[in-house]
Amino acid sequence: MAVCVAVIAKENYPLYIRSIPTENELKFHYMVHTSLDVVDEKISAMGKALVDQRELYLGLLYPTEDYKVYPSHQSPCVESTFPNQLCRYGYVTNSKVKFVMVVDSSNTALRDNEIRSMFRKLHNSYTDVMCNPFYNPGDRIHSRAFDSMVTSMMIQVC
Amino acid sequence: MADEALFLLLHNEMVSGVYKSAEQGEVENGRCITKLENMGFRVGQGLIERFTKDTARFKDELDIMKFICKDFWTTVFKKQIDNLRTNHQGIYVLQDNKFRLLTQMSAGKQYLEHASKYLAFTCGLIRGGLSNLGIKSIVTAEVSSMPAFLEYNG
Repeated sequence: MAVCVAVIAKENYPLYIRSIPTENELKFHYMVHTSLDVVDEKISAMGKALVDQRELYLGLLYPTEDYKVYPSHQSPCVESTFPNQLCRYGYVTNSKVKFVMVVDSSNTALRDNEIRSMFRKLHNSYTDVMCNPFYNPGDRIHSRAFDSMVTSMMIQVC
Repeated sequence: MADEALFLLLHNEMVSGVYKSAEQGEVENGRCITKLENMGFRVGQGLIERFTKDTARFKDELDIMKFICKDFWTTVFKKQIDNLRTNHQGIYVLQDNKFRLLTQMSAGKQYLEHASKYLAFTCGLIRGGLSNLGIKSIVTAEVSSMPAFLEYNG
């Protein structure tokens, strides 16, 4: 189940970023930001590698990592470690817009195809947002249709 | 085939609409042409997003220009660009010998000076598409004899 979905513009600023456990939002923002470096590396390496470089889907960006959950109202020195496996996946369109998805794979190991189809849906919704005459390219995305599509992706595999 | 005529007629109306509602002095200083070009720019951005959704990643600039000449032009105007030339230093000349938007007008030199109004939208279309693919460009168009037309991209 997707824990965080981000759409990043060509100039590397976020157009849309949303995460499910809303108290630790900043942590996800940082995670997505660091994944951008990996995305850039993969794109630039493709020029020389010539290995499947025609694909838009980039695959697993970062090895899984544990993350800590801090209880919000208790004393800040108490921390509990949650061995959640967080995988980040990346996808870059031809217009250099990047989609980064952080997925919690502790309960279900999501297969590659499912991630690809999630990115496909994201790309389709992004194209619809782009064609909306009331949307100026470069602004943050406020579309309700886009929001509902992302919500359906976040609670889909429980 | 009806959808082709639809866009042609709409485009002609658009050009005359912009010129009819132009304020004093706007026609001379080229504001109308800029308005048409900016319309084409925004449309080009959306169109390119839709067309490149399923294509593979582009290797370099030449690849992008070939895509514009073949797939993009075919989808918008139902034919390919007849001739693509480049000096490999950033200038590309695209030549279309039977440009769809001008074929209905005349096959001679009678309306040559009005042709630029009808090309502004297409120039904007290309500029918008290229800018979304990451290329900053200047697109200019030239008509030597209707309905052929040449474009230069910087």
